[in-house]
Amino acid sequence: MFVLVEMVDTVRIPPWSFHRQLNEAIAEELNKKLANKVVYNVGLCVCLYDVTKLEDSFIFPGDGASHTKVHFRYVVFHPFLDEILVGKIKGCSAEGVHVSLGLFDDIIIPPESLQQPAKFDEAEQLWVWEYETDEGAHDLFMDRGEDIRFRVVDEVFIDTSPTGPSTEKEAPSAATAPPAGAEDSAPQKEAPYTLIVRILDIAIMSI
Amino acid sequence: MEVRDANAAMLSNYEVYQLLTDLKEKRKEMVKNKHSTGQQNLNTIMYETLKYLSKTPCAHQNPDTVKKFLTSMLPHKLTKAEKLQLLNHRPQTAVEIQLMVEESEERLTEEQIDELIQKVTDVLPGDPQKEADASADPEMETDQ
Repeated sequence: MFVLVEMVDTVRIPPWSFHRQLNEAIAEELNKKLANKVVYNVGLCVCLYDVTKLEDSFIFPGDGASHTKVHFRYVVFHPFLDEILVGKIKGCSAEGVHVSLGLFDDIIIPPESLQQPAKFDEAEQLWVWEYETDEGAHDLFMDRGEDIRFRVVDEVFIDTSPTGPSTEKEAPSAATAPPAGAEDSAPQKEAPYTLIVRILDIAIMSI
Repeated sequence: MEVRDANAAMLSNYEVYQLLTDLKEKRKEMVKNKHSTGQQNLNTIMYETLKYLSKTPCAHQNPDTVKKFLTSMLPHKLTKAEKLQLLNHRPQTAVEIQLMVEESEERLTEEQIDELIQKVTDVLPGDPQKEADASADPEMETDQ
């Protein structure tokens, strides 16, 4: 579930932190920068593992802070393909079942990956698995808060870095304009890191 | 910022659990310094990850059991990823083993699967609460 990622970065220590131990100040800065953030194509950063190399610190003209190049290793949440994980069902929508791991929320089971036959119950807003046994059809509801075991099928990284002033001003009334209510100032929030998983054919709630 | 190696090493849940508990202890000792608001992200991810991991079997492991487990897995010729999954999940049934081990029908016979389950149950400590409940039930049955 977790991997170690080697990274290099230049850490800026402001002058009011000069009294602190360099290692501590650097660890705090790195955690401030990376903890609980998604790095593109790497994963969700959790915490600093260790610092492997500290190069010389420099002070540049015009800025009183010291800049240090640091080689370090960071613990990153990045499940590998086909890994089995256990999570809680957060809710269901037409797009599929949303599962959460506590530390990571953007896990989705698309309808095709649910056991067939499955249908979406509009009234309760829940996916239902109808399975037939010799006795007859049973309906298994994917209730919220239920534990569920799943296998990682795919991961999607989206680069959510801010883009420049976009070309939205060109087509205010075109047919492709965003639906009413979503104006230029409120763009859709996309998850930077999404896991697409499939429910396991055998024994989903056997925990 | 530059990523040198996006996959330098795989970590077991136990290692991450240990790291986070140690970090939490260290931060508690440093409470005298002002708790800067910049560390809120770290607090959040630490809390959530610890909460999640404390409910998995890794919370009851220690370095000796992990070492013992890995040595006992040597004769089975499993890949690193499979051993990691067995360590993180502590499967109890043949079904779970089949899910975690690729092509288990071809690589393992039924006896080997049972042997694996036995080793996993013996070497890796389980949840003491659940095992107390489980051992209480058969006792009740024999009484009846």
